Amino acid sequence: MGRYVVRRLLQMIPVFIGTTFLIYYMVYQLGGDPISAMFGDKGADPVFVRLKREEFHLNDPLIVQYWYYITDLLQGNFGTSFNGRPVSEELKRAFPVSIRLAVIAFAIEVVIGVGLGLLSGLRRGKLADTLVLAGTLVVISIPVFVLGTIAQFWLGSEWGIFEATASVGDPTWSQLVLPGLVLGSLSLAFVARLTRTSVAENMRADYVRTATAKGLPRRRVVTRHLLRNSLIPVVTFLGADLGALMAGAIVTEGIFNVDGVGRLIYLAVTKHESSTVVGAVAALVMIYLVMNLIVDLLYAVLDPRIRYA
Amino acid sequence: MRGTTRVKWVVGVAVLGLAATACGSSDDKKDDKGGGGGSNGLPAGYYSAYSTEPQNPLQPANSNENGGFYPLQLMFRGLYTYDSKTGQPVPAMAESVESTDSINYTVKIKSGWTFHNGEPVTAKSYVDAWNWGAVSTNKQINASPWFEKIEGYEATHPKEGEPTSKELSGLKVVDDKTFTIKLVQAYSSFKASLGYVVYSPLPQEFFKDPAKYGEAPIGNGPFQLDTANGGWNHKKSLTVKKYDKYAGTDKPKSNGVQLQFYTSYDAGYTALRDNKLDVIDQIPTSAIGSFKKDLGERAIEAPQFSIQKIGFPLYDAGWGAPGKEKVRQGLSMAIDRASIVKAIYKGAEQPATDWLAPNIPGYSKDITGELTKYDPVKAKQLVKDGGGIPGGKLTIATNADGPHKEWVTAVCNSINEVIGQGSCEPKLYPEFGVARKDISGKKMTGAYRTGWRGDYPFPDNFLADIYQTGAASNDAGYSSPIFDDLAKRASAASDQTEAIKLWQDAERQLAKDVPSIPLWYYVTKGGSSTKVSNVQIDPYGNPVWTEVTVK
Repeated sequence: MGRYVVRRLLQMIPVFIGTTFLIYYMVYQLGGDPISAMFGDKGADPVFVRLKREEFHLNDPLIVQYWYYITDLLQGNFGTSFNGRPVSEELKRAFPVSIRLAVIAFAIEVVIGVGLGLLSGLRRGKLADTLVLAGTLVVISIPVFVLGTIAQFWLGSEWGIFEATASVGDPTWSQLVLPGLVLGSLSLAFVARLTRTSVAENMRADYVRTATAKGLPRRRVVTRHLLRNSLIPVVTFLGADLGALMAGAIVTEGIFNVDGVGRLIYLAVTKHESSTVVGAVAALVMIYLVMNLIVDLLYAVLDPRIRYA
Repeated sequence: MRGTTRVKWVVGVAVLGLAATACGSSDDKKDDKGGGGGSNGLPAGYYSAYSTEPQNPLQPANSNENGGFYPLQLMFRGLYTYDSKTGQPVPAMAESVESTDSINYTVKIKSGWTFHNGEPVTAKSYVDAWNWGAVSTNKQINASPWFEKIEGYEATHPKEGEPTSKELSGLKVVDDKTFTIKLVQAYSSFKASLGYVVYSPLPQEFFKDPAKYGEAPIGNGPFQLDTANGGWNHKKSLTVKKYDKYAGTDKPKSNGVQLQFYTSYDAGYTALRDNKLDVIDQIPTSAIGSFKKDLGERAIEAPQFSIQKIGFPLYDAGWGAPGKEKVRQGLSMAIDRASIVKAIYKGAEQPATDWLAPNIPGYSKDITGELTKYDPVKAKQLVKDGGGIPGGKLTIATNADGPHKEWVTAVCNSINEVIGQGSCEPKLYPEFGVARKDISGKKMTGAYRTGWRGDYPFPDNFLADIYQTGAASNDAGYSSPIFDDLAKRASAASDQTEAIKLWQDAERQLAKDVPSIPLWYYVTKGGSSTKVSNVQIDPYGNPVWTEVTVK
């Protein structure tokens, strides 16, 4: 177990270097001059452009630029954005916001998603099952910006149940409930459906029959035997989803004025600020890798047949 | 880490509790939710306004976007300011600015003005500030178009290598209240441009550590940074309070302003509609059709010194060929401006009849003659006379990440209807930066959209900066000896009336050559909450900060 974890952690190093380089390369390939673009419609000052390009090594070949970047990064320096502010400050500000939003969305999708999935799996073919299936179908088919805007207008502005917009910079937990709900709703639908299929299948499994035959109470059969084993595909999905909730929330973030990682990366890409994009994405890659490791370890916890040497 | 998370949990729960009690005890849930309401927990007499995080440190020559410009405008006052209705220059700190030849100026400043730290504003405060802004190694994004008019700029801002001087030789301090300016050539518009924020004075405190100052600027304007209420709280807000010793005549009618940094106009507009934000200077495209109904009396519409145009690559063999000006004239006459404006902007915008915006001295409704009048028959004839559209098809390039796609499509539809189907097509660039690179790099083969927003009210800002041979924003590569000669004489004219007449002559040349097609003038659309009144937006598109009153 311990060796397995160490090996997995060591594997992260080449993955980390490879992804940072790939992302750096892709931002570099975007074309366009980010310094000239700072001037908008008006003609750029060539002297300013020259000095800024020198400052950020923009005239050097890609590999040299990357070398400057990675050596700084290994010393814990995330670099500076074009306006001279440290990227680490931006990351320190955006990540807690996105983590908070993701945690809310995640909690909603786990609790409600697994709950609904279990309910409909146990009552296969009954009214509750049909209702859950129809409900999740509706959620899956509505684009998130429609869902977000409607939820914002009715639940936020008109009825005032939730706060309609978050304050930029440091949104409170209560301001993030509505965006979290919208963000989590799509995954919630997937989680519910995954759980349902898995539960329905395992209902017929031998170990469930054995457990029932042993005379265990139904509650214990369902929570200890049925649900635990049925959660494996769900956990796989949830592990990958946490990263997506943080980085892929750009539409939801935009609607509810949440200034998180998705928006940070989007703006940095449009401004071709390699250091910000790579810094933020590298952090996300780490989150994905760690989540994957946790998911793999969880398999062993959930299914006694899986063991890591 | 864990500790802070816990604290925030507790705060989050407390806020939830507050929100619940506020909802429970109030008759009108919409106004009081979140425990804040319209002024959102601001000190009494403060109002909030839409803004964005400043891109650069707050130094007067270092902003070229609203996010950085608004704080500077709140905290600084130069020699002139601009009238909130007409946009014309009004003396602020200037006692007098005199010149007989439009090259040499003697500036006398009023006494009694102080910076927010108590330091008196003197002639030296101006000269030192301008010198510092001009030096290339200080990397001020907005230095070049403003300081390059002053003698000695080349030495402080050389094209290659390091600056050889840290001072503009054209600036001289005479005494505490007087300094002189010598320009590289005559500029009849120089006085009118002195209200721009780049020409603000700076206190001695600035030069000790410009970077640190850029985080917490000390100006001489009507408002000062309100550090007790957060000051510049990065990515969140910037709060200023009324400066009690402000010596200008436009004293603030509120106690303070909080610029709140929103991520999009859509989010800002939602907050304004819910009365959680007090002033917004732009309405998002999605609400243009409904904002007057949504806001009622709180909706604001104000004409802006800004024009939308279609530019042509005159460096391109096809478009630059002699005789093609007829094609460009024809295309201009094939565009039904009035209908497009009505369909896309719901009628508030005004079709352009001039390259100058209304209220700019010299603006005229008939200077371009029939060029800007919709005439399908003549348009078709002119395009035919000019030998047809180069390459058989006109493409109009625009960036897809801005609000321009709709009107470019509408313009093309209008041209297609007149000249023939398939003769015009929008060309979408994925983003602004990429489009700009091709346009300023002179790599276009078709037309492109181009906008201009005036910085000060004089024709050269709309003409010389764009159409003179070799001008910084001459993206078309337009070069006309006649225009250049008239522009040079107009710039150098010592009398403003004379200058304006010459600029109009220069425009008649533009109407013959058509380096760009004027389309329409923008109208600023904004709004306010029910907690403030007297919210105005000036012709530069900026809220008139000092006039807003809090109910």
